[in-house]
Amino acid sequence: MKKLQKSNLQSVSGSALPYIVVVAAFFIVTLLQKSGNLEQHMQGMLVPVCCYIVMALSLNLTVGIMGELSIGHAGFMSLGAFSGVVASQSLIDAVPNTALRLALSIACGACVAAVGGFLIGLPVLRLRGDYLAIVTLAFGEIIRDIITCLIVGHDKNGLHILFNFRGTKTVADLELVEGGLPIIKGAQGAIGTTKISSFGAGVILILIALFIILNFIKSRTGRAVIAIRDNRIAAESVGVEVMKNKMIAFVISTTLAGAAGALYGLNYTSLAADKFDFNKSILVLVFVVLGGLGNMLGSIISATVLTLLPEVLRGFDQYRMLIYAIVLILVMLATNSPKMKALLQKLLQDVKTLLFKAVPKRKSEGEV
Amino acid sequence: MAMLEVNGINVYYGSIHAIKDISFEVNQGEIVTLIGANGAGKSTTLQTISGLLRSRTGSILFEGKSLGGIPAHKVVSMGIAHVPEGRRIFQQMTVEENIEMGAYTRPAGEYAANLENVFRHFPRLEERRRQIAGTLSGGEQQMLAMGRAMMSAPQLLMLDEPSMGLSPILVDEIFDIIKAFHESGTTILLVEQNANKSLAISDRAYVLENGKITLTGTGKELMQSEEIKKAYLGG
Repeated sequence: MKKLQKSNLQSVSGSALPYIVVVAAFFIVTLLQKSGNLEQHMQGMLVPVCCYIVMALSLNLTVGIMGELSIGHAGFMSLGAFSGVVASQSLIDAVPNTALRLALSIACGACVAAVGGFLIGLPVLRLRGDYLAIVTLAFGEIIRDIITCLIVGHDKNGLHILFNFRGTKTVADLELVEGGLPIIKGAQGAIGTTKISSFGAGVILILIALFIILNFIKSRTGRAVIAIRDNRIAAESVGVEVMKNKMIAFVISTTLAGAAGALYGLNYTSLAADKFDFNKSILVLVFVVLGGLGNMLGSIISATVLTLLPEVLRGFDQYRMLIYAIVLILVMLATNSPKMKALLQKLLQDVKTLLFKAVPKRKSEGEV
Repeated sequence: MAMLEVNGINVYYGSIHAIKDISFEVNQGEIVTLIGANGAGKSTTLQTISGLLRSRTGSILFEGKSLGGIPAHKVVSMGIAHVPEGRRIFQQMTVEENIEMGAYTRPAGEYAANLENVFRHFPRLEERRRQIAGTLSGGEQQMLAMGRAMMSAPQLLMLDEPSMGLSPILVDEIFDIIKAFHESGTTILLVEQNANKSLAISDRAYVLENGKITLTGTGKELMQSEEIKKAYLGG
């Protein structure tokens, strides 16, 4: 257990490895794409993989660094996705440049998720452990229900928003003028969205998320959050303000989830709120736990592998989810055994020494 | 005016009345000890002073300023450091990162001098500054918790059972360090079950029983008191 903690902290203590891995993967995939060696259905997976990586990084900040189990993270992704879609569709005429529009939409999704994270964080962060997990779960479901009731359209007079609580309203009730565009149609979700997400944007978003999280961990606030996780009373006794610091970490986490959601939402022509249910939250949690709590590179790798695995297993037809589950169990068992961990550690160490021959080994690493 | 004045505080855990109308004071430059058995309310008293718990009535004054309603994280910057019981260190951080956390409320300019001061008292922490704190021995963890508290350059240092669970040699070492802190100008409020050791270094002491102060006097007086001998000093 001690060894595990040790390796976790080291891996977050600011190495360039995660960045290198992401950039290298980007170039390899781009090369494959250019040379036509990437199958069609794999190409379709590129943006979702990026989204899930950002989601895993974001949740790792809450679960791994802050040490609070949140199982409603898909709710924030959902907030980001639908506000991103609304922003993008409303700006279609105003901002014809898709890259700029995508950036604006992602920023918009991130902002909405940040506000949502703050509002939900106010009651939730006062709770601990199981209670916090259950309440985040409830909020995730509430967000999903609210979006299911939402009817949104845009015309030259601006945005029109209706809450369809009784189920009696339709898009017609928006009273859009000629040339108006319905964006979200209640339970059907967002329909007719112009796809503007791209793999490049996804990779940039991953790099930004990594940069924010790795620097946050090293910052004064980040240290305070880790201190609270390690020992709340000791943290308070050295003068750390618990609520404020946790809130900062949580809002950063939900902001990134919102950004990932916006990128995700703009990758599909239609998107229903039901996509972001409890299962999605758990899926992301699985990425985080499998990759290692507090281990950002681990989150990247596990999110990639576990998102692609069902696709790779398509050949097994209807057995693929069974095999997926078995692989998941085996990997969990393997990564939990001390022997396997020591082996992985050694491999990682070898790779590191190969990559940074010039950098002398740190004393503490020498002991492993 | 006393440095710390506690006037008639009452603290409850839900419906349990843990601290019953306690009053005491600590003067500048003193070592004051609260002794008592498990559950007497010693730790509760310290936690109330440092803002982790709230008293329902009464007042706590530190250098004339009321601590009532001031949250724990602000109490530290007023000059009170609290070493909670049970070696509450940050297990996953290195020794040095733990010590850094102690300086959380202090301006960066003071860091080097305070660090040097801590390493002077605890040379062993300097040797182990890159080690993960969770792998330290019990005594070292206690030293780390104390060193961390000293990083906030407190006027009043509150120690909650620093000798708990340590070997006799380490207990001696810890008490020597408390004395050294005291000699360097820090006022100390100590909570201990080891009455022998703590009374020997205390200027004054209070005996707590079931949430009430039952006896008070100088360290020497209490060491000679028959009641204390029977109850706390093993005959």
